[in-house]
Amino acid sequence: MAADPARLQEGSPAGGALRALSRFSWRRPRLKTLGQISAPVAAFVFVYVAALLALLIQGFWTTDSFTGKVIHSWNLDNFRAIADAPYPTIILRTVGMATAVTLTCMVLAFPYAYFMVRIAGPRLRVILLVATVLPLWVSYLVRVYSWRLILNPDGALNWLLNLVGLPDLNIAYTNWAMWIVFTYIWFPFMVLPVYAALERVPQSYLEASADLGAHGPTTLRRVILPLAVPGLAAGSIFTFSLTLGDYIAPSLVGGPGSSLIGTVVFENLGLANNAPFAAAFATVPLAIMAVYLVLMKRLGAFESL
Amino acid sequence: METRATRIGLWAWGALIVAFLWIPLLIMAVYAFNSSNIQSWPIPGFTTKWFHEAWNDEEVRTALWLSLRAGLLATAVALVLGSLAAFGLARSRFFGRDSISFLFVLPIALPGIITGLALNSFFVLWGVSFSIWTIVIGHATFCVVVVYNNMLARLRRTSGSFFEASADLGANGFQTFRYVTLPTVGTALVAGGLLAFALSWDEIVVTYFTAGAQNTLPLLLFGFIRQGQNLPIVNVIALVVIVVSAIPVWVAQRLTSGSGGSGRGVGG
Repeated sequence: MAADPARLQEGSPAGGALRALSRFSWRRPRLKTLGQISAPVAAFVFVYVAALLALLIQGFWTTDSFTGKVIHSWNLDNFRAIADAPYPTIILRTVGMATAVTLTCMVLAFPYAYFMVRIAGPRLRVILLVATVLPLWVSYLVRVYSWRLILNPDGALNWLLNLVGLPDLNIAYTNWAMWIVFTYIWFPFMVLPVYAALERVPQSYLEASADLGAHGPTTLRRVILPLAVPGLAAGSIFTFSLTLGDYIAPSLVGGPGSSLIGTVVFENLGLANNAPFAAAFATVPLAIMAVYLVLMKRLGAFESL
Repeated sequence: METRATRIGLWAWGALIVAFLWIPLLIMAVYAFNSSNIQSWPIPGFTTKWFHEAWNDEEVRTALWLSLRAGLLATAVALVLGSLAAFGLARSRFFGRDSISFLFVLPIALPGIITGLALNSFFVLWGVSFSIWTIVIGHATFCVVVVYNNMLARLRRTSGSFFEASADLGANGFQTFRYVTLPTVGTALVAGGLLAFALSWDEIVVTYFTAGAQNTLPLLLFGFIRQGQNLPIVNVIALVVIVVSAIPVWVAQRLTSGSGGSGRGVGG
C-alpha cells in the first residue's frame, strides 16, 4: 500500500469513464455484486449444473446393443437393472468397504489427533499438521501405486516380514489391499476435523472432570470422546463418500472379486460402452450419500466441517 | 492428566502414523532410481538412466506438455472465476447467497466420478469433441473452489474501510484495485493459483472422463500401470509428479501461513 503518491494523483481529477463506473458501483452495491458474480455463477449453472442434469437424463435412456448408439427414449430399465446380479453384491461390498475404512480411519486418527493437541508442543504440532496434510496434495494415483510396489510378493512388506522372521503375507490384489490403500489415502481427511474438534475442548473441562473425581479413562470416555463425535462424524463424511465413488484403487490394487460401485460406472462407460447405465448407476452413491449426510448431520458433523 | 505410560504410548502412536503416511512415498522415491527393471525390494542398485529414458520418450513428453498446458489454462480460468466469486460474495448479504456459495463448493463435495461422468454426459449430449478444452473445463470446476476459498479467507480478514478510504482519497476503481486491493489479496491470489495448479496437475478421476483419447501425465501413468508396461518409467514419472505438486503447495503454504486458507477440502 506504500504506493508512490505522485502516481496516485495522475488520474485523480474528477471525470472519466472509470470514475463514473467507480461512482456507479459504489452507489449501487447490488449491481456491483451482480456484475462480479454473474460470470462465475453463469459458468457453474450452464456447465456444472447442466452437466449434472445431463447425467440424470442420460440415466433414463438406453443403449442399442447392436450399434452401441444411445437411444433417446425414456424408460426406467437402467434403474431396474441395478437390482440384478451382481450389482446388489457390489453395492453391499462397497458400503461394507466404506464402513470398514471409515472405522479404521477413526481408530487410527483419534489417538493421533489427541497426541497432536495434548502432548506435542506447538512447533511439533505444526510439523505434524504439515506432515499429515501434504500427502493429500501428492498425486492420489501415485499414492495408490506406491502400495502396489509395497504389497508385491517381492516388495517391501514381505522383505520386512522376512527380516523379523515372519512368513510372507500375500495380500496384493485382494480386498485386504484395498482396505489398506483406502485407509492410507483418506486418513488425512479424518485427522483434520478430529484435530479441530479436540482443539476446541477447553482445558477447564478436563480439570473439572478430574476435580469431580474422574480418572483419566473416565474423562476420556465421558468428556473428551463425546466432544470429539462431531469431528469424527465430519471426517467420516469424507472417508465414506470418497470410498463410495472410487474406481482407481480397485483397478490397481484390487483383485477379481474387488469390484466397487466406481468400478461398475468406470467399466460401463469405457469397456461396455453403456453410458446410460453408468449414469443410472452413479445415482446409487448419490442416494447412499444423501442418507449418510442426514445421519451425520444429527451427530453435529456440519458444525465441524 | 495422562499417565507416563499413556504419554509414551501416544508418542509411539504419533511416530507410527507419520511413518505410515510417509514411508510409502519414500519407497516410491527410491524406486525411481532402481537400476533393475524388476520391481523388487530392496532395489539392487542405483541409477539415473530411467530419468533420461523417460525424458526422451515421445509419449511421456506429449503427456507432460498436455498436463502443463491444461494445468495452466485451468488455473487461469479458476483465478478469474474464483476471485470474481470471492469479491462478489465476501461482503454482500442477499437472498440465495448461501446457495451460490454451495454451488461453487459442490464439485469437491461430490465424488469425482459423479463430476466426471456428468461432464462426460454433457459433452456427449452437445456433441462436443474431446480436446484440451474439455480437460480444462473439468479441472476448472474443482480448481475454482480452491481460489475462491483462499480469496474469501483473505477478504474476510481485510477491513472494507481500506477500499472506502481509497475512494475517499480520490482513487478511481482501477487505482483502488491496483494500489489497495492487489497488495492486500496478492499473496492469497498467488497461493490459490498455485494450489489450483497442483490439483489440476495430478488429477485423474475427473480427467479420465473428460480427456477422450488424449493422455495427461496421470492418465498415461494409469495406463502404463494397468498394463504393467514401462514400470521403470512409471516410477520416474511418479517421483516427478510428487515433486512438481509438492513445490507449489509448499510455496502456497508459506504465502498464506497463519491464515489457514489452504485446506484442500474434499477431493479425490
